[in-house]
Amino acid sequence: MLDTIKDFASWFFVTGDPLIYGADVAITLSVIAIVGVLTYFKKWGWLWKNWLTTVDHKKIGIMYILASLLMLFRGGVDAIMMRTQIALPDIKFLEPEHYNQVFTTHGTIMILFMAMPLMFGLFNIIVPLQIGARDVAFPFLNALSFWLFFAGAMLFNMSFVIGGSPDAGWTSYPPLSGLMHNPGVGQNFYIWGIQISGIGSLATGINFMVTLIKMRAPGMTLMKMPMFSWSVFATCIIIILAFPILTMTLALLFLDRFGGAHFFTLDLGGNPMMYINLFWMWGHPEVYIVVLPAFGIFSEVVATFSRKRIFGYKSMVFAMLVISVLSFFTWLHHFFTMGSGADINVFFAITTMLIAIPTGVKIFNWLFTMYRGRIKFELPMMWTIAFIPCFVVGGMTGVLLAVAPADFQFHNSYFLIAHFHQVLIGGVVFGYFAGMYYWWPKMFGFKLNDYWGKWAFWFWNIGFYVCFMPQYALGLAGMTRRISEYSWDTGWGPLNLISTIGAFLMGLGFIFQVVQIATSIFKHQKDVTGDIWDARTLEWSTPSPAPEYNFAVIPHVHDVDDWWETKQRRAKGIPEAPQPQLEPIHMPKNSAIPIIMSLFWFVAGFGFVFGWWWFYVPGMIGVLLCMLARSFSYNTDYYIPVDEIKRTEAAIRGSV
Amino acid sequence: MAQSAVNKGNHGAGHDHGHHDPNELKVLGFWFFLISDVILFSVLFATFIVLRNSTAGGPTGEELFNMPGVIAETFILLTSSFTSGLAVLAMNRNQKKQLIGWLIVTAILGAAFIGLEISEFVEMVHEGAAYTTSAFTSAFFTLVGTHGLHVSLGLLWMIGLMIQIGRRGITDTTRGKITVISLYWHFLDVIWIFLLTVVYLMGVM
Repeated sequence: MLDTIKDFASWFFVTGDPLIYGADVAITLSVIAIVGVLTYFKKWGWLWKNWLTTVDHKKIGIMYILASLLMLFRGGVDAIMMRTQIALPDIKFLEPEHYNQVFTTHGTIMILFMAMPLMFGLFNIIVPLQIGARDVAFPFLNALSFWLFFAGAMLFNMSFVIGGSPDAGWTSYPPLSGLMHNPGVGQNFYIWGIQISGIGSLATGINFMVTLIKMRAPGMTLMKMPMFSWSVFATCIIIILAFPILTMTLALLFLDRFGGAHFFTLDLGGNPMMYINLFWMWGHPEVYIVVLPAFGIFSEVVATFSRKRIFGYKSMVFAMLVISVLSFFTWLHHFFTMGSGADINVFFAITTMLIAIPTGVKIFNWLFTMYRGRIKFELPMMWTIAFIPCFVVGGMTGVLLAVAPADFQFHNSYFLIAHFHQVLIGGVVFGYFAGMYYWWPKMFGFKLNDYWGKWAFWFWNIGFYVCFMPQYALGLAGMTRRISEYSWDTGWGPLNLISTIGAFLMGLGFIFQVVQIATSIFKHQKDVTGDIWDARTLEWSTPSPAPEYNFAVIPHVHDVDDWWETKQRRAKGIPEAPQPQLEPIHMPKNSAIPIIMSLFWFVAGFGFVFGWWWFYVPGMIGVLLCMLARSFSYNTDYYIPVDEIKRTEAAIRGSV
Repeated sequence: MAQSAVNKGNHGAGHDHGHHDPNELKVLGFWFFLISDVILFSVLFATFIVLRNSTAGGPTGEELFNMPGVIAETFILLTSSFTSGLAVLAMNRNQKKQLIGWLIVTAILGAAFIGLEISEFVEMVHEGAAYTTSAFTSAFFTLVGTHGLHVSLGLLWMIGLMIQIGRRGITDTTRGKITVISLYWHFLDVIWIFLLTVVYLMGVM
């Protein structure tokens, strides 16, 4: 009996690696600490009522951002471990199997559990405020999206200590990810972690699409919508069209592994190439899903800190929509070398290069916005300015990769690694950092400390170039991706050492950001006006942080940068239209169903990972019951009465 | 906090600015969901088309498909789409009993469709075309089965809505729910027409 339990435990828990034991201890200690603090300060009820069951888009956004920063830490540790292993030849830090798991989880986490939720966090906090709405179109669904993401992320991260992590790369190509070559549970964790959070992502795409179409304040025509909201619009188009492809592709892979199907197997007629096509039909648009909102952020930041209207508003909108369409016609450039034939390669080479045109339009528009502007070098603007050269170089190397014949040399080498990190860190990470610094006062009512912010900025930036520039050279010297060891006679040692130093510098940059946030909580510059940057769009017309109903009176919009124009009119003493009377505000009620339903999804996912029907059957039944419970609940909203609005407004505006 | 619970259906129009007709939002949101569902089925169709000749020596569609049964399924499903339309018409005339009646007819037709489909599947397995036999059978069962799963979930949903209509009658809220499920039901019909064409007709041709 005891032996059976021992055998099970050694199979169920990941054992044999001191790093993992360290992680076990760290996880246990943090859980005990969190539970202890909450119990000691009697905060469980507060946590449940104010956060876990909330449907307020601003709070959901904050939870997204917290979770994604946590994932940035996890993915960053993975990166540091990898770079340590290949800093010099013949280092025995990670076993090859462990190395495979680390690069797989690094990629998956950074794209799906870091970039996506950070993006959704900013969507949530800003979009309704920016378009003058009281909430998103479906607040309940919004909470559900968050908890599904969270459940999926936790399931995926669990693989680290339970069962074993996936190790077939973040793309998980079959047959490597098929049952024949990958019999463990790791791949199932990959499938279900992404699957569960993917449902949430799709729901968010639909939710924001409807919000942007239907909930704009009166007077805000589509061509008066702020740039960030436009970028969300373009992103949602791609999400709605691309995410179902991922869902189905992973479902088919799972049916292969779980149900004995033959979609992507090597025997009985399966076709692994089908998976690769389908994966990148989602995967390439996904790149634009994460980068378009960053473009939106840059547009807001550049206009605000140059104190000028964005240059070429219409061309910016058009460029984004063109990118969102073109993004669906480029997927094959991910496998030029896999024998598609010259004609097909040429088609996809051209469509890939075409995307550089609208992107270039946007870069020039940002530069022209800065031209003769009165630029203020606040942190968001610094990240934006750092982004431009970084992204331009990254884009150029992308065009080099798009040249099909040249790609036969670059493919799967470190040149490629350097390229996509340059566009993803230079574009997405820098962009979201700019957005986080820009909107932080709106979220929490105070500005983040500049001192530590500048340390973080310089360490990230210098670290970035030190880390990735050598990798272009390494790629041209023949170093391929995903290798965990090499010998001295390759000559790759020195450049790899430099690259690793760069990775550590970026790691320090992240630590400085943590210090920045921690110190700012205690000592900070308060945002008393609600408009700390003297900005241009509607979200800055509300107090910081905005009350739960966002706007006591829904604004009427006349111009593109309506809040800026309002301030101009006020400065000139032009009388404003009288404010209409306050009316009771219709609000959605909190609900526990999203978190409970996601918990059932988690249980079901865990059951599918291990093939335990006594987990997945109750889990799926629970999910269905939660859906029924929601369908049958009619008491889902309430009205905030006028006196309460008056009291709230007096309290938050009193200090102005 | 003072909260006053108000039934969504009862508050007047123009009551508060910036508040939107919830049904209008739901229907638009559902259209976007249907678009994403179209993509989902497109992946399955594409996979089926790529793999339909990959029978690996196992039975082919031409040998397996029982066309009279498929034609019967088609007529049953098309009729159910028609009766769900009649349900919506009854709702628009505020006739609760007719509405529930037509929903029951729709659900029975849907259940009959599922029953026929299952018996077709069982027969195929008996003829040696199991799920794991070849890439073709995997693709076939997954594509047709996903449609069947959609129909089955729609049935559960419809039963839930019938109970709600029975309890609450035709209100703004239930009206929105019926509109959405009828969209869903018609959508499943359209998908089936593609299934009939791509899987069965092209399979036996």
